[in-house]
Amino acid sequence: MSRSSVWLSTLLLAALGGVAQAAPLGLPEVPVPTGNPQTGAKIGLGDKLFHDARLSADGKVSCSTCHDPDKGFTDNLPVSKGFNGLTGTRNAPTVINAAYMTTLFWDGREPDLEGQSKQPPVNPVEGGLASHDMLVDIVRQDPEYVQAFRDVFGVEAAGITVDHIAQAIASFERTVVAGNSAFDRYYFAADTTAMSAAQVRGLAVYTGKGRCVSCHLIEQTQALFTDNRFHNIGVGFKSIQGKEAETAAAFVREKRAGADVDVTVLTRANMSELGRFAVSENPTEVGSFKTPTLRNVAITQPYMHDGSLATLEDVVDFYNNGGRAMETDPLSGFQSGGIRPLNLTDQEKQDLVAFMKALTSPEFAARAQN
Amino acid sequence: MSKSINRRDFLKRGSALVAAGSLPLSLIEVAFGVSSAQNFTFAYISDSHITHIKGNRFVRNWDRGLIRAVAEANLLDPKPDFVFYGGDIAQLGKPEEIDHGLELLSGLSGKVHYVMGEHDYYADLGDYWKQRLGPDYYSFDHKGVHFVVLNSILTHEEWMHGKWDTGMDRMKQMARLDNPDGQPFMVGAAQRAWLKQDLDKIARDTPVVVFSHSPLQKIHKGWNFWTDDAEEVQALLKPFSKVTVLYGHVHQIQYNQIGNISFNSAMATAWPWPYPSTYSQVKTYLPKLTVEMNRADPFFERDATGWQFINMHTGNVDVSYVLPDNRNRVVAFDTSAGKPLDTQYQAESKRIPPQTHY
Repeated sequence: MSRSSVWLSTLLLAALGGVAQAAPLGLPEVPVPTGNPQTGAKIGLGDKLFHDARLSADGKVSCSTCHDPDKGFTDNLPVSKGFNGLTGTRNAPTVINAAYMTTLFWDGREPDLEGQSKQPPVNPVEGGLASHDMLVDIVRQDPEYVQAFRDVFGVEAAGITVDHIAQAIASFERTVVAGNSAFDRYYFAADTTAMSAAQVRGLAVYTGKGRCVSCHLIEQTQALFTDNRFHNIGVGFKSIQGKEAETAAAFVREKRAGADVDVTVLTRANMSELGRFAVSENPTEVGSFKTPTLRNVAITQPYMHDGSLATLEDVVDFYNNGGRAMETDPLSGFQSGGIRPLNLTDQEKQDLVAFMKALTSPEFAARAQN
Repeated sequence: MSKSINRRDFLKRGSALVAAGSLPLSLIEVAFGVSSAQNFTFAYISDSHITHIKGNRFVRNWDRGLIRAVAEANLLDPKPDFVFYGGDIAQLGKPEEIDHGLELLSGLSGKVHYVMGEHDYYADLGDYWKQRLGPDYYSFDHKGVHFVVLNSILTHEEWMHGKWDTGMDRMKQMARLDNPDGQPFMVGAAQRAWLKQDLDKIARDTPVVVFSHSPLQKIHKGWNFWTDDAEEVQALLKPFSKVTVLYGHVHQIQYNQIGNISFNSAMATAWPWPYPSTYSQVKTYLPKLTVEMNRADPFFERDATGWQFINMHTGNVDVSYVLPDNRNRVVAFDTSAGKPLDTQYQAESKRIPPQTHY
């Protein structure tokens, strides 16, 4: 039995039989859209689609290529590799707990998992399929899929649409939730032995001098470790430094002329750095990217939207220097007002890293120790 | 690439949301107007309060505010015809502060017009500012609109030229809010005489835009949200059919209509007024205030600060406030109401309630 099948069977225990998925410690119930209720059969279909490499131009790239369950639902690469080894511009975010996100992608260009799942198969540097029609055709030609779509959606082969595929994948992704970390047991279950002394000190840095908690939220009864907002923390701007205005203007002109944002930001390195601006066109959001969750962050390296920081130590140094790798590096004019030098001691930095290692869920603990 | 119908629908919906919630740069254009020559845009940045610590050190927060406004203003496409700076480049009028502020402002593309603020003025009665930037009151015409810049932060001659040990003592007196020994701002007789002469040459149907640092209306004397001879200045502006006064100083969004004169304020790039004590997480260099109010989000230092771009059409102005870490706002001249109105938050019920600070 492969690891992913183990993963699936564990998850399905909760989801099968129409039973609502119990929220793990530290997390709220998974929000499920009324138009796409969870069923065991649909989740199973979504799981199969998620791992099916046939749904790409070279037959080698599935969702799980870049969101590999064995790698914390990431690929542990700086930026993802699509069909024919093509690379995009952005680091694959984990699917774990993506169900709680209020927008998807680093720039939030899709509002839900359904919308998100439709883009990579047809992106020219990811799945590489020329159209959603090609995606649907692949599914229609597989008798097992035809039967499964009939069972789940009550449609015949000719009636299968890309939205059915998206709904099934999204349903599967809504089962990929994981809490119950050492932090959760310490913070929400009053288990004072769950975290080490260094991790307890690290939590104090996290909520205090480190200023982490202002964006990576911990709340009274739950911790999503994200504010679901967009911030320019200073990553990746160097490639458009001094050229922000011309890059933004060129982007907006192309978008008005019909260019697809999903394609542009993954294939044009400079325009990728416009971040949330590519979606909102708000001048205050140039270079802003969505706050990622920190759950299971110890196994989802490398970090940041461009995968430019290799380790958690690098990340802490980056923030400690006020949003830059080196204290002498320039700052973006668009940098968020929340980012400033932190003056952390070496001990505080080490404690902060130790704390982030307390955010790994038991399902992924083995991976963390590798 | 082909897309499903649903996706196309989402993209359409997405665009509509964008148009309502932000300021798409390419939408800065005018849809109507008697004369297209009077339709243009300009940017308006104000109140940076660059504060010198010592040597080459300046307060980071205020530096970042001005740097950010400059970076964002440079995004405007099409380019604005010019930029106005609404005063208070400096916190205590020191040459180091004015020089550093102007260096940061030099990043702006295009011509910049400057207005004198009291924080630029009272250390040396504006000498260094004028040395760098020229006269503190003047006028010019642009595309059929008459622009006037006034120095509205003067006060009684005997106070300005009184027995001060140092110019900095005078500066610090003027920088205090609710100062029992404070003095009211005024344009003064000399400038009013000049203004009268200047306006006498202008046709009455020419749109007039006046820039001042303090509001040319009386709002709150204790904080000098006030110009003592406001009525006299307003009287000189009264014969014109369309007049707009744009002012800084107040670090918040204000708008008003008095007769034929529309008033619009500018946000500061430095800090919002007033601000809460709960903001003091670390040692800060905020000027001491005696009255506090809410700040939307104390973590994000740029929240409740910003700058604005202005759409000039048929002689009236629409002010778009660009507000990092917050929702952008637009105060536009409503031709049917005959006054400037916030385009989203007129009704009490539509306003965002202030936070409670504990």
